Amino acid sequence: MNNHLADLPAWAAVPAALLLLAGAGLTLIGTVGLLRFGSFYQRVHAPTLGSTLGIGCILLASMLIFSVLESRAILHELLITALMVVTTPITLMLLARAALYRDRSEGSDEVPPPPSGSTTVPKPGASDEAGV
Amino acid sequence: MTLTLLMGTIFLTQILLVVAMAFASFRVLRGPRAQDRVLGLDTLYVTATMLLLTFGIRNGSILYFEAALIIALLGFVSTAALAKFLMRGEVIE
Repeated sequence: MNNHLADLPAWAAVPAALLLLAGAGLTLIGTVGLLRFGSFYQRVHAPTLGSTLGIGCILLASMLIFSVLESRAILHELLITALMVVTTPITLMLLARAALYRDRSEGSDEVPPPPSGSTTVPKPGASDEAGV
Repeated sequence: MTLTLLMGTIFLTQILLVVAMAFASFRVLRGPRAQDRVLGLDTLYVTATMLLLTFGIRNGSILYFEAALIIALLGFVSTAALAKFLMRGEVIE
């Protein structure tokens, strides 16, 4: 079994192994931060370590291994790279803004008050009809 | 020699990723608030994508890559929908 990896030369296998280990290690460090940080606004920074550099390293290793094995450029991993680069900031911005909205509408002391003139945050207990 | 190095590294990578998924699952289960759970779920999606990519490298199959692509796409959609739900109380207005 696993004959396909036996054809891989050492000059490709060693960088691929290092990239795989770096990617998984960075992801693990990110989730340790997710586990240990104190508040949500600190926690939202930690897993981005895995979703940018971690998955980037593993995709590079995958591209390297399959390109060398098939003797041509296998680049479809770039699809996942582009998807991650585009979507990670969008989702985390949406999530952080939702958390900020929830904390402000509960009158929490941990978050700064809304800037003056802002109409997007209702008073605590107001109905959910403000703004679009 | 090269094969042993690469198979050992892939195995170690998978163990590290599974530990990372366990930490993210802990945050999903024990997150003090709903946004912490959604953040843990997003991390779980990203880590599952990476785990499927390492399975694809191990088996030399293209099918794992397509599954990883679908998981990445669904992770984006579900996290965006959950964040919108937390913000507005409903997903489609």
